[in-house]
Amino acid sequence: MSQKQEEENHAEETGEEKQDTQEKEGILPERAEEAKLKAKYPSLGQKPGGSDFLMKRLQKGQKYFDSGDYNMAKAKMKNKQLPSTGPDKNLVTGDHIPTPQDLPQRKSSLVTSKLAGLLLLKGSRNSGKSAGLGVEASG
Amino acid sequence: MAGAGGGNDIQWCFSQVKGAVDDDVAEADIISTVEFNHSGELLATGDKGGRVVIFQQEQENKIQSHSRGEYNVYSTFQSHEPEFDYLKSLEIEEKINKIRWLPQKNAAQFLLSTNDKTIKLWKISERDKRPEGYNLKEEDGRYRDPTTVTTLRVPVFRPMDLMVEASPRRIFANAHTYHINSISINSDYETYLSADDLRINLWHLEITDRSFNIVDIKPANMEELTEVITAAEFHPHSCNTFVYSSSKGTIRLCDMRASALCDRHSKLFEEPEDPSNRSFFSEIISSISDVKFSHSGRYMMTRDYLSVKIWDLNMENRPVETYQVHEYLRSKLCSLYENDCIFDKFECCWNGSDSVVMTGSYNNFFRMFDRNTKRDITLEASRENNKPRTVLKPRKVCASGKRKKDEISVDSLDFNKKILHTAWHPKENIIAVATTNNLYIFQDKVN
Repeated sequence: MSQKQEEENHAEETGEEKQDTQEKEGILPERAEEAKLKAKYPSLGQKPGGSDFLMKRLQKGQKYFDSGDYNMAKAKMKNKQLPSTGPDKNLVTGDHIPTPQDLPQRKSSLVTSKLAGLLLLKGSRNSGKSAGLGVEASG
Repeated sequence: MAGAGGGNDIQWCFSQVKGAVDDDVAEADIISTVEFNHSGELLATGDKGGRVVIFQQEQENKIQSHSRGEYNVYSTFQSHEPEFDYLKSLEIEEKINKIRWLPQKNAAQFLLSTNDKTIKLWKISERDKRPEGYNLKEEDGRYRDPTTVTTLRVPVFRPMDLMVEASPRRIFANAHTYHINSISINSDYETYLSADDLRINLWHLEITDRSFNIVDIKPANMEELTEVITAAEFHPHSCNTFVYSSSKGTIRLCDMRASALCDRHSKLFEEPEDPSNRSFFSEIISSISDVKFSHSGRYMMTRDYLSVKIWDLNMENRPVETYQVHEYLRSKLCSLYENDCIFDKFECCWNGSDSVVMTGSYNNFFRMFDRNTKRDITLEASRENNKPRTVLKPRKVCASGKRKKDEISVDSLDFNKKILHTAWHPKENIIAVATTNNLYIFQDKVN
């Protein structure tokens, strides 16, 4: 947004949200935040910011352990270490094979939603209702 | 519509809250979508566990003037289950990304629900009578020996306890390589679109083995990928028109009459950015998380990380209105990036008369902006305001400087308590607000 637009929008606001003091000094708060981030992670932003996020987004999904892949990779590597996940577990890279250590917890079994569960127990008008398919309300 | 005034002339009262009280939230219970049907009588929620719960408004209390009907559970079913993509060793989440209702054509109700990969058409029907008095079957279903039948009778329908059944009528699968973020039913009520990160497909509600690809922004070389599709919606009245938003903050309006593949937009809505203001965060916070047409079809609303913008479809170069949702977060972007909150996808909605818009924020706060009076209000969805017809107290966030009494400072905000999904009844001042695992229903004060 342009600076002028930002000023106009501040005028439009009811004044409930106060302006950041840094902005009064002339330094945009965003830039100050960017400086903080670069200080913590110097290597960030070397690649174009866009594609990192986008790749991560496109590859969202829980990876599973494939014992075939794992054992084949172990056999190939022999005594060497298997390439393990980097700090970003979500990024799928060619060499990385999920190991049992990498995997998140197994999901719990399917039960009725808590938004519905309790209410179906009471002797309300809904007592005769049941799901045509899937889980019956119980417990 | 009741309450001609805007978000601030209305006094919002607590009505109901659904869901468990426990602090330890199971992942499956995280609410992922909320949607009223076209009459407002039904309210559907979807969750991360792939379940849909439908609430129905009671009709009885219409006679009593002190409050509108309450919403009670009408039906619940498992819409999607976890699946496995064997080729990629990836799990396909059962989380319901979106629910969209079809307009009612007959006694049954229909809705579309989708997870990352598969869209399903569900039929929800009532059964309040059953046939009794068969000649060849006992009441429990066992067959009778025909030789024992001495007289004949005509089976009759007798009333029974109301039973609501949900059955999947169509399954629209295998059309999306990437993750579905939107579904939208066309005003022709025959077709609908589904959008993933890179493609948009057009379906016919009756046909599951084919869909037409109408937008494809996948580059030939994935290294050149610069933006993804974040949301898409059909125009409420023009069956040939739809829009899709991108991670770069642009909205493209496409006309299906122009060509079969709508890769070339008819209109491009983009607000020019002052290059001197650009920072590392600029693109991330400009990513549009939701786009919604007004009921009139004249305007559309977009939600990016910090603001809500209203666009006039006749003006592409800038929005006509911009509302700051939580501008105080601009000086917290570094930590919001570190804890991933900067990627949270907030939705937004219009009221029935398009005069007020609403969106969620953190700390279980949600915001309403009155387009006419230009006033806004911040309210909180909390079990502390539990008594029915308790008027909600406006909340205030103190960005810096001296914190007044009753204000909450930015650093005290709970960023785990996000309101991503809200819905407004199409005709009345009733709103549904989803916190992580609870559904709140608020109504305006009826005197």
